[in-house]
This record gives sequence, structure tokens and C-alpha cells, in this order.
Amino acid sequence: MQKHLATRQAYGEALVELGRNNPNIVVLDADLSKSTYTVKFAKEFPDRFFNAGVAEANMIGIAAGLATCGFIVFASTFAIFATQRALNQIFQSIAYPELNVKIAASHAGITVGEDGASHQSVDDISIMRTIPGMTVIVPADVTEAYQATIAVARYFGPVYLRLSRAPTPQILPNEYMFKIGKAYVLKEGSDVTIIACGTMVYSAMVAAEKLSSHGINAEVINMSTIKPIDKETLLNSVKKTGCVVTAEEHSIIGGLGSAVSEVLSEEYPCPVKKIGIKDQFGQSGKPEELLKYYGLTSDDIVEATLSLKEVPNK
Amino acid sequence: MFETFELVSNYTELQAIATRIRKNIIEMIAQAGSGHPGGSLSCVEILTALYFKVLRLNPEYPEDMDRDRFVLSKGHSAPALYATLAQFGFIPEEWLKSLRKFGSPLQGHPDMKKVPGVEISTGSLGQGLSVGVGMALGAKIQKLGYRVFVLLGDGECQEGQVWEAAMAAAHYKLNNLIAIVDRNRLQIDGNTEEVMALEPFVEKWKAFGWMTLEINGHDFGEIIPAFQIIPYISKPLAIIANTVKGKGVSFMENNVDWHGKAPKPEEAEKALKEMQEICKLA
Repeated sequence: MQKHLATRQAYGEALVELGRNNPNIVVLDADLSKSTYTVKFAKEFPDRFFNAGVAEANMIGIAAGLATCGFIVFASTFAIFATQRALNQIFQSIAYPELNVKIAASHAGITVGEDGASHQSVDDISIMRTIPGMTVIVPADVTEAYQATIAVARYFGPVYLRLSRAPTPQILPNEYMFKIGKAYVLKEGSDVTIIACGTMVYSAMVAAEKLSSHGINAEVINMSTIKPIDKETLLNSVKKTGCVVTAEEHSIIGGLGSAVSEVLSEEYPCPVKKIGIKDQFGQSGKPEELLKYYGLTSDDIVEATLSLKEVPNK
Repeated sequence: MFETFELVSNYTELQAIATRIRKNIIEMIAQAGSGHPGGSLSCVEILTALYFKVLRLNPEYPEDMDRDRFVLSKGHSAPALYATLAQFGFIPEEWLKSLRKFGSPLQGHPDMKKVPGVEISTGSLGQGLSVGVGMALGAKIQKLGYRVFVLLGDGECQEGQVWEAAMAAAHYKLNNLIAIVDRNRLQIDGNTEEVMALEPFVEKWKAFGWMTLEINGHDFGEIIPAFQIIPYISKPLAIIANTVKGKGVSFMENNVDWHGKAPKPEEAEKALKEMQEICKLA
């Protein structure tokens, strides 16, 4: 796998691999197959790919119908359309009957860039996390996106897989093995636990390096499964460090930061700082410009950590 | 396996089943103290014809891969479906008493995880036809001969998703998909044509690329022949079944107040008595 690819590309590759090994894999898209990379599967398996056109609600219903026939169904579109246009369909026709449908949504977050707020999903983790029985996964890089796609096909039940448009640097080690519900400690540390998901995992690692020059030894956790959350890894780390910074390319309302806070408030109350979009809509711009504007850079993580540790920012 | 052509229209037996289903509906909803009698009563003949003459189903093998699929997209007519499933043998008749009660498999709207014979959970309107498209595509991929029947309400057809599904079914040339619309012309807020006009309704389905038939949805002599053309269709078939909301109970017929209201004990008694009279006549 090449470096500096987007997670959506790894998803597209993994689908083809799945299709070759399992005749029960069926893929749906809503006129965005070139963007979600389902087009690769469509070309190789035209009999098992269905384009619903610009009709997300119908796509989800079709996915449900196919799942009742024993197929493993992947349904793809942009995150904002999957979770907002077809929310009630996901709730009623997929989640309530516990059907084996994987909603693999790309273009999540603000790094969609120039298309602006109408196409930037800032609340999809929050929305999907509140649906009973829904598994929510946010891969950090192509290695994890590829593995997660294979893993969710083997898991029976509804899954939301959140993918990005923008390329992300390779961050997970070669020996990494993705497991649903298992967080991964990327860097061990003792002073603060930085928990990140998706595109923010790389920034969290950069922040940890910057923090070391402040004399702070940060532990970095890749929390790729947001639901069910890995309480064990989270609590083991926090019992060691005593404070947490979360980082996500998503609203601070209802996403990773909220999920972590929910666990900590009940099981191990401690200071938590949330890096994320602060109850705002996105806008047009280059991904880097937007990440800076919305406070989603490694420097923002550093600053939050320093404020938490009450160390003056040098 | 294939349905037989019945040239003689003697449907006494079906009529008797339909009456038993109607009685069950009234008893169930009265006992539950809530529910939707109007739209349940309007689709009784359609369900009776489907389960007892059309659908290739065996209650002993509810998971048979090649079974015909039935989707109740108008999920609020659950009492009619439950009563039919009980008559057909999918569920014990005893269950009917538990409709809408805490812990009952018979939820207010159908739950596929709890009730054998329910192919998909419904309730939020407008979604069943999309699911039916998925099931029909499934048959094509697996090269199986089963057919998919979706029963929709007419008010439900105001949902945009129904037309997304209609477009997709024609696009994928799903000649194994049959939509039946229970055209009782009433929805919660009144006459469909006053709330949000559906007419020209048959023409809409035609324009979306479907073959269409318009029938009297209470006359087995029209319902059963309509299904007999299925082996010969080359595109999805929409059967617009003109019906009477609350059919079979004089004070409920064509009365929108009975869309979602349970009869009081004395009203239920009156309704059941009327059905008794019908039985005697038959």
C-alpha cells in the first residue's frame, strides 16, 4: 500500500479484495462511486454493484432488502448524505432490524475542503453513535482503512465506517492489526493521554513530539472504534496520566470527545480537553486552511495539553 | 408451486378467512386499547388473497431462500398482517391477544426479529418499496425465482422515497416486484386528494415505468386474476386496489376518525356482530 493516500482509496481497494473472495459482497452507491472509490468494485463485479442514483434514502432501503437475502452489503456516499439524508432509513430499515449493512461514508469532516459546508459532515459520528447497536469506526490511515473494511465484512451487523477525502500520512506501524473495538497505543507516555481518531491521529503524534520539548511525555491512543469504545485501554492509560485531550475532525458535541468523556465521568473523573469543531458549520477553503481556522492542528493539541498541565506555553 | 388459474370465481372459502381476519383485527385492537383499524380493515382481502392463493410460502420453512417475500410497507396495518399470519400458521392465534402489550412479539408496528413471517421491520412510512427493490435484486443476483410483494398505503405514496424506489425498480427491470397500493383514499388528516392530491395516481406509476392494473381491492374475482399475470410481465407491476377504509364495519367505513382509534368494548361488540351477520349470509 502506497503512503499518503486517502482512507477512501484503501476502502475501494479492500472492496475489490472482498469481492474476489466472497460472492456475497454487494456494493451500492448513490452517484458518487468515483469519489467513494466503489467504482473499482463496480468495474470488476458489475453484477454485484448497484447505483441508486442521487437517492440516498432509497439506497439504504435497497441495502436493507439485500441484507435480508443474506448478502453483506456496503452502501457508500458522502458522510453528510448518508447520515443526514438517510438517517431515518438507517434507523428503521437497517439498525432496528439489525441487518448486515456497512454504511461506508467518505468525505467526512472539513478536509472535504473547497465544496464548503453543504458537503462537510461535522456531526456524523454523533448521529450514528446514538443509534442502538450501531458500530462506529474511523480509520486513521490507509492501512487501517483497508483492514477495517475487511474486518467489518467479517462482522455481522450494522456498521458506520467513516472515511476521508484528503490523503492522510501513514501513521500505524506495519505490524498493526485492526480489531473492532480495540484501541491502539501509538506512543506510550505518562503525563497526558491524547486520544484521537481519523485524520487527527497523525496530528496527535506530531503534538506528542512537540510536547516532549516542553518536558511532557504524552501517551497517544488511536481510538478508531468509537463505538463500542475500548474502555479498558482508555482507563488503563488515564489511570497512569490523570488527564486527557481528545482530537477529532468533527464537532466537539457528540463525537469522540463526548464518547471518551462519557466513560471517564462515570468511571474515572479527570480533566478532559476536547479538540474539535466548536458548534460551527464548515466553509470553503484548502484543508490545511480549514484545519487551522477550526483549531484542529497539532499546535492546538499542544496548547490544550499545556493549559491542562498548567505549563506556560513557551 | 405455481398458482392455479381459477376460472370459476367461487371464493367462499377466502371470504370466510377474510371475515375471521377482520374479527381478529377488531378483537386485537379493542383489547390493545389502541391501533389502526381503518387501514387494517381495508387491506384484508388483499392479504387473504396473497397468503392463501398467491405467495409461495411454507410456514414450516420460513427461511426458505426461494420463498416469496411480502413487505407490509404500511406498517400501521400490523394487526391485519398478524391476524393473517395467525390464520396462515406462522404464529399461534394466542399471540394476537398480546398486540401492543409490554413484552409482546406483536409490536405496534411489525418487528422482523420478533415475528416469524415478517420479512422486514416497518412503521416509518415510505421505506418498504425500497426494501422490496433490494429483495428483488437479491433474487436476480442469486438467480432465484421468488417474487416480492409490497403493500403500500395511498397516503404513504406522498413520501418521496416511494418514487425513488419506483424509479429504481423500473430502471433495474424488476419483473419480480409487485407493488399493491391500498387506495382507500383516506389518511390521518382527511381525504388524500384534499391533504395532498395523488391523482392522476395510476398515470404516475405508469410514467415511472411500471405496468399498472386498477382493481376493486375487496373483490377476490378481481384481486386474484390481477396476480395471475405476474409470470408474463416484463417490468414491475403496480396494482392500485381501490378499497374502503374501515371495510366491513358499517360505522367505520369511509370514516377517517377510525384511522388510529381503538373501538370501545360496546363498539367492538357491535362490529363483531355485524361480521357474524355477514357470515350467516355467506
